[in-house]
Amino acid sequence: MGHEGIGAAVKRKEDERFLAGRGHYVDDMNRPGQAHAHLRRSDRPHARILGIDTAAAAAMPGVVAILTAADFEAAGVGGLPCGWAVKSKDGSPMIEPMHPVLASGKVRHVGDPVAVVIAETRAEARDAAEALVVSYEDLPSAAGVRDALAAGAALVHDEAAGNVCYDWEIGDRALVDGAFAQAARVVRLALTNNRLVPNAMEPRAALGDFDPSSGEYTLITTSQNPHVIRLLMGAFVLHIPEHKLRVIAPDVGGGFGSKIYHYAEEAIVTFAAGRLRRPVKWTADRSESFVSDAHGRDHDTVAEMALDAQGNYLALRVSTIANMGAYLSTFAPSIPTYLYATLLAGVYKTPVIYAEVKAVFTNTVPVDAYRGAGRPEAAYLLERLTDVIAHDTGMDRVELRRRNFIPAGAFPYQTPVALQYDSGNYERTLEVAMKAADWAGFPARRAQAQARGRLRGIGMSTYLEACGIAPSHIAGALGARAGLYEVANIRVHPTGSVTVFTGSHSHGQGHETTFAQIVAEKLGVGIAQVDVVHGDTKEVPFGMGTYGSRSLAVGGSAMVKALDKVIAKGKRIAAHLMEAAVADIEFADGKFTVSGTDKSKTLTDISLAAYIPHNYPIEELEPGLEEIAFYDPKNFTYPGGCHIAEVEIDPETGVVSMVNFVAVDDIGTVINPMIVHGQVHGGVAQGIGQALLEHAQYDQAGQLVSGSFMDYVMPRADDLPAIHVGTESTPCLTNPLGSKGVGEVGAIGSPPAVINAVVDALREYGVRHLDMPASAPKIWSIIRAGQSRAAAE
Amino acid sequence: MPQVSLTVNGKRHTVEVETRTLLVELLREKLGLTGTHVGCDTSQCGACVVHVDGTSVKSCTFLAVQADGASVTTIEGLAAADGTLHPMQAAFREHHALQCGFCTPGMVMSAIDLVNSHKERMSEAEIRHGLEGNLCRCTGYHNIVKAVAAAQEVMHGRAQAAE
Repeated sequence: MGHEGIGAAVKRKEDERFLAGRGHYVDDMNRPGQAHAHLRRSDRPHARILGIDTAAAAAMPGVVAILTAADFEAAGVGGLPCGWAVKSKDGSPMIEPMHPVLASGKVRHVGDPVAVVIAETRAEARDAAEALVVSYEDLPSAAGVRDALAAGAALVHDEAAGNVCYDWEIGDRALVDGAFAQAARVVRLALTNNRLVPNAMEPRAALGDFDPSSGEYTLITTSQNPHVIRLLMGAFVLHIPEHKLRVIAPDVGGGFGSKIYHYAEEAIVTFAAGRLRRPVKWTADRSESFVSDAHGRDHDTVAEMALDAQGNYLALRVSTIANMGAYLSTFAPSIPTYLYATLLAGVYKTPVIYAEVKAVFTNTVPVDAYRGAGRPEAAYLLERLTDVIAHDTGMDRVELRRRNFIPAGAFPYQTPVALQYDSGNYERTLEVAMKAADWAGFPARRAQAQARGRLRGIGMSTYLEACGIAPSHIAGALGARAGLYEVANIRVHPTGSVTVFTGSHSHGQGHETTFAQIVAEKLGVGIAQVDVVHGDTKEVPFGMGTYGSRSLAVGGSAMVKALDKVIAKGKRIAAHLMEAAVADIEFADGKFTVSGTDKSKTLTDISLAAYIPHNYPIEELEPGLEEIAFYDPKNFTYPGGCHIAEVEIDPETGVVSMVNFVAVDDIGTVINPMIVHGQVHGGVAQGIGQALLEHAQYDQAGQLVSGSFMDYVMPRADDLPAIHVGTESTPCLTNPLGSKGVGEVGAIGSPPAVINAVVDALREYGVRHLDMPASAPKIWSIIRAGQSRAAAE
Repeated sequence: MPQVSLTVNGKRHTVEVETRTLLVELLREKLGLTGTHVGCDTSQCGACVVHVDGTSVKSCTFLAVQADGASVTTIEGLAAADGTLHPMQAAFREHHALQCGFCTPGMVMSAIDLVNSHKERMSEAEIRHGLEGNLCRCTGYHNIVKAVAAAQEVMHGRAQAAE
């Protein structure tokens, strides 16, 4: 066995089943007697439901049941709860409207479900759902935040005056205004952060079942956090106690945030299974995913930086309007507040910052966390603003960044927006990235491109993010309605193999491998001796799940804590067996040794003794070798780094080609570099997608016009470059692994680097800023306009 | 209901289907071969790619009745009887070309057809263009491209398999 512990690029344990087609995704599962659900969804953005005529549908072949809002209301089913409460500036609570599992009274966005048909086959359910006759009275609608805030705009919810959910702030406004009054110069930038559809490749699915003999419900669902779903659905929606509700999230085909939330379909199939006494399955079509999975981003922002004459940042003032969609998704209120505005210091020592965020209801799909969640919006704002400051003042954009960096010697660093950074070295990641991207050689490459008739640009971002969420007491003080610890249970079996039960959930991240590597490192066993179990509330004691790049920093730390307990107990058993003092027992490489002697016992000797306690300190120690740990993080972790993009634009077509991309990220301790690189590749691809291609676009009538893979531009293999990844490590000081998290860095650092490069390429056309996505038609128009201007002069 | 007779991964099946039944539904629901996935409803994502008479086909856009008399290979039929992975599967594992695994079966089936139809060594750009019909949201394609580049060498006898 070679080195398989921390730092080894071992191949993944999970790959063989996925490569052989033996993965078990929700839609691959079927239960005897199963019926199929199909949802009839609203095709109107905003309308009163006048009636639902079910007669024709009910007579269709195979139909088992048709349920509408009235059925759920009559059974006392609750609304889908929101997990985070945010207060407005004046201290008043956010407006938190009821989110019924099926639309009640009116529909509020295209895709809002109005009825569910359950039939013997999927096709029959779909046929009958199409035969339902829903009568509507259309109401005026608004998809964009500016339209929703306009005087006289129709109200999405009667209780939300002006369609405002909350109007929140952070920072000292008077102090910031004072700094602006003293500033040598103020640079202002208005920008949007484009709305995105997460589009995990596996569409959401849910299979509900009920066992009348035990009274237990089972929900098999495409979730990133099955325990959270059990808690939310059990306690708030269906009123099923935890011990009678099992939630399983088996192999899940990507999440990126969109599978965190508790969705109506989960409650619908579970409820229907109980009522019909048979399993009920629902699987989304991709068209449904587009109008029912929570979307991401969608900010409209004005940012201003106050500067002194040397370009030092004196104060930042930000005003953002965030689109919440038609209802509050599980974590939605926290995204544009605590995961966005608290990041507005970034890597810069800006002494004072003020941000206000108005969250607005619109007639669109709910918006919640999507890979990065708030932090990409903050990084994009800061890194675009920094380039615009360089543009407006004539300063060099690299020197401007260096001048304002928090220096490597300044940690721990308290920002003016609540966070305290523990470690980082922004100068270092900048240097390494510039070297890898041959920043110095760019002018020559630009000249060569020019000779070929191409516009070439280079851009960077020096970003920071916060992940490893979160210390529960801080999260609680900020409005979270849950704790954000993680749980691990380590079971050492009698003959020394190990099963890990983790509350984290893997849906592509490779935990079955990396978590086994942590066990290998700590206990000195091979990863083949370790199985990682996740995604089943009946097997795993508890868990908060996987999002916000928290699995390693929080879930991995819980494992370390449980493993330390295993080792501590092992030492006591070893001390007994070798007749030595516990303090004299050392554990390394799978062996318990009496210090200073050649007396030792293997882990297997100890586990056997623990389960066959014939010679055992039974009076003072329980048999068995299994430990559980709950780990509540002390702080967030703060990955950061430098991303550099180089692009070429064809002025004839406006098409942007990514010619080089370099990502150098400080993510702390790396468990498996192969997996880390893969995480960065994927994040960068989504970031390039946001910058150049993707846009969830609603038209004036409230229809999602980019509602399929024919219309929504997903990055394809030939849209992307090879991605150069480098990692630097200043270990995290607040968790035992020293890991910071890597899942989101790619999606956070890349969009501003790409847009900065595009703007750089277009500098001869006088472009100061352009909003994402930098699509070919948009760029072609800019170039054409510039050419006609030049011709006119 | 019409009957379809076809060979799937070397085994002969005769199945009753509705005329509207898609090949992917026949594979997943009638034959229990759930390795072939459905990721969209507009023939864009390629998660459902299988081989019909040796050529890659999006099985979500192919009626089951069209497969009458055909020989179909799915992801489950690639590895040898002793479990030895096909060189493309081995290269995907070696180069970490999969994360969540959902697009992987279709991606592997497409990549095999791509390599089979290009005896000359493909460049990175040619591989990227050739994989255009398959979406992956996890990998950014970086390692998939590397895996296909490595597998083409093995499949055309220019190098040894990864494992």
